[in-house]
Amino acid sequence: MKPRLLKPRLTDGALHLVLAVWAVLVTLPLAWAVLSSLKTDAEIFASPWSLPASPQWDNWARAWQEANIGKYLLNTLIVVGGALALVMLLGALTAYCLARYDFPGNRLVYYLLVAGMLFPVFLALVPLFFVVDQLGLLGTYHGLILVYAAYALPFTVFFLHAFFRSLPAATAEAAFIDGCSHTGVFFRVMLPMARPGMVSVGIFNFLGLWNQYLLPLVLNPDPDRYVLAQGLAALAVSQGYRSDFSGLFAGLIIAILPVLLAYLLFQRQIRSGLTAGAVR
Amino acid sequence: MRHGKYRFLIGALAPPLLLYGVFVVSPYAQAFYLALTDWDGLSAEAGLVGLQNFADLWSDPLFLAALRNNGLMLVVVPTATIALALFFAACLTLGGGMRRRGRGVHGSGLYRIVYFFPQLLSVAILGVLFQFVYTPGNGLLNGLLGAVGLDGLQRSWLADPATALPAVTAVMVWSAVGFYVVLFTAAMESVPTDVVEAATLDGAGRFTVFRRITLPLVWDSVQVAYVYLGILALDGFALVQIMSVGPGGPDNATEVIGLTLYRAAFTYGEFGYASAMGVTLFFITLTLTALAMRATKRERVELA
Repeated sequence: MKPRLLKPRLTDGALHLVLAVWAVLVTLPLAWAVLSSLKTDAEIFASPWSLPASPQWDNWARAWQEANIGKYLLNTLIVVGGALALVMLLGALTAYCLARYDFPGNRLVYYLLVAGMLFPVFLALVPLFFVVDQLGLLGTYHGLILVYAAYALPFTVFFLHAFFRSLPAATAEAAFIDGCSHTGVFFRVMLPMARPGMVSVGIFNFLGLWNQYLLPLVLNPDPDRYVLAQGLAALAVSQGYRSDFSGLFAGLIIAILPVLLAYLLFQRQIRSGLTAGAVR
Repeated sequence: MRHGKYRFLIGALAPPLLLYGVFVVSPYAQAFYLALTDWDGLSAEAGLVGLQNFADLWSDPLFLAALRNNGLMLVVVPTATIALALFFAACLTLGGGMRRRGRGVHGSGLYRIVYFFPQLLSVAILGVLFQFVYTPGNGLLNGLLGAVGLDGLQRSWLADPATALPAVTAVMVWSAVGFYVVLFTAAMESVPTDVVEAATLDGAGRFTVFRRITLPLVWDSVQVAYVYLGILALDGFALVQIMSVGPGGPDNATEVIGLTLYRAAFTYGEFGYASAMGVTLFFITLTLTALAMRATKRERVELA
């Protein structure tokens, strides 16, 4: 037995080597993009490796203003913020009603909602475009907010349904006896108790909505209202001609930074929030 | 319960169900009908053409190329991602030996933070970033190859029909591995250490412990991963649309179903035809989910 107990120390070195290789592979493209965002175009063309002679913070300012990254970021915050608030409110209400109340059609509504997770968005794409068009919502903030919220609803309900089921019934009953209304019980008793679940699904939804590309591409044709993902993709095409590579790299980094900072601050919650979504 | 239950229920459920009905249920339902028509989006009436759209799909070279490419990604993306993720997760948890009693190698927390990070990049950002990584002249990949003296391997990755699809596939794997490392590590950490210790005392090496004990106990997570990654591999739209030349690549080398559908609908106005592709994609997704659930079904291992 002796040799086996000694061996780990030796192989741990090899394990670290393997693990470090992937860590480098993951960070390298990002580090390179950060570096490039601080170089001049001439330096970028000269060598992908060289360090900038002096950091060109001007690239960032140019991306923010001339390339409209600032505007795209604001658009994204409006749409994602609005949709997130809407889907969390409606999702929690729906999940709560379905989990805690008996009424005819309860199961039917639940399965109808959950089935939404099985369908690829591509299937709905064509009719969705015409629905949104006919309602006059094409290229508007509120149109995107409504569509985002509608497509985030199935998972939100699915996740929170299980959560509300697991909450003890006694607390709600006590509140009813004390004369609390149905609405009051939901907002003042059950919703606060469901906070851990709300945080998990909130993180999950935020990233999902923040990353949307297909829906805005089809439903949001007005360049003034582009979200970040759209704006960056459009820039990548047009900047190629104007060859402002440093500006595009800077725009890319600005787009990554908010989420990266949030991750570094709340990395544990974000990781568990996202993986909790997968194992359900 | 208090009175007013139904008033509360209707007030609470009407808005979400209306929203869901208008923007989700009705488009899905309409898609199945549109797939049977030749609607061009302009004429008031859509002519019913039966299953003609579906018949046309099988002689459409673009759609067949897309089907082939999604099929290849469907094989490569889940397999490569799960293999790499299981390997790294095993390195993180099984390392450290007896001294650290299943807490894994030193610094495993840091590795997890770094590995997970690509999950936070949106597909659009991934597309733009990797378009630059693959750029022939001043891109990262060719720069790397040049730096280690492998100039011969340098090429225009996205413009070469032979490498365009692997290049896109690699981005999918690159961005997905970390998420599943975290998922699998969490599952592996819930494997009781005394079981692992008992096996080790019985003379089982690390590989045997992994294959005989860890893997069966995390199989549920692997099954979930297969389904999620399969759905990811059937998409690929955003990456291809942003990264690849055309888009769709040289010789349709990176055409994917989503892109064919998007182009048919919003470039050529063949809305009925595009809907038929959507319906086909739906049935493929459904079949594969059912198959994956069935194929990876195993005896559930219960720990007392």
